[in-house]
Amino acid sequence: MQRQLYLKGMREGIPVALGYFVVSVTIGIAARMANLTPAQATVMSLTNLTSAGQFASFGVIAAGAPYLEMVVSQVVINLRYCLMSCALSQKVDTKLPFYHRLIMSFGITDEIFGLSISQKGKLNPWYTYGAMSVAIPGWTLGTLVGILSTSMLPQKFLSAMNMALYGMFIAIFMPAARENKLLLPIIFLSMALSALFHRLPCFDFISSGMKIIILTLVISMGAALLFPVNEEEDREGK
Amino acid sequence: MRNYGYILVMAVTTYLIRVIPMTLFREEIKNRTFRSFLTYVPYVTLAVMTFPAILEITDVPWISWVGFITAMVLGYHKVSLFAVSLGCCGLVFLLQLI
Repeated sequence: MQRQLYLKGMREGIPVALGYFVVSVTIGIAARMANLTPAQATVMSLTNLTSAGQFASFGVIAAGAPYLEMVVSQVVINLRYCLMSCALSQKVDTKLPFYHRLIMSFGITDEIFGLSISQKGKLNPWYTYGAMSVAIPGWTLGTLVGILSTSMLPQKFLSAMNMALYGMFIAIFMPAARENKLLLPIIFLSMALSALFHRLPCFDFISSGMKIIILTLVISMGAALLFPVNEEEDREGK
Repeated sequence: MRNYGYILVMAVTTYLIRVIPMTLFREEIKNRTFRSFLTYVPYVTLAVMTFPAILEITDVPWISWVGFITAMVLGYHKVSLFAVSLGCCGLVFLLQLI
């Protein structure tokens, strides 16, 4: 059972690993420009797993800013992981041992979280470990390749790999939208508001990470108040 | 060496953000509104992250749109995650070669 779930996690983690590899190559290139050594950039990717956070960190490092500034920027950019962690805490068994929670938390990224939360019923940690075990090497190796190579990977290839990552997001929320009729309008509303937020110049002062947090909080709260989830339905799992 | 200091500070900060709720909320949350909120969070956040960012992955807008719509249709018809992901990835790669 555990072995099967672990393998399932690995298999479904492959698109994530590919997408990560590509994004991570660009992280490696940015790291070189911030004068990090290949070892430093690789250690950073292995221990952080946060694309937006790592991109932001290069500015902080290059400026030689105080550590506190690093803390604040990481908290703001990565606050969505806090929301995801809340959601994941309800997705696992209440009796799940503490150490599993500690290890699973390390792998909370947009993609691994997305895969984990879309599992039927309660989440078995081994599924998440399977996804982590391919995604984390993809992320770490990408950075190493990026910092060692000059841009040798063709842009068209990189674009297509990025598409794999977004395709995976869509493949997570669309099947759920088919099962729950309320989700489809909520998803389209989210996209519309996101596009509006993104395009209107009056919101330019808000960082893209912050925009994601604000929209997620406002839309999810509104949906929860207007359309509370039926408890019976919820027990069966999403 | 100072760079490793930054990396350590970053790693600890991002880990704390991830681990605190996961270890704090060990009981089932009973409040119905909060439970509903947590149910909607993943889908809303994924939708917000996908759109409109997905339109900017290639230099040719229509190719990005084709990739986006293909993934939406396949996803709605419950095609497997791997197939949706690699399918639209391959499609976008081929369209760019034309």
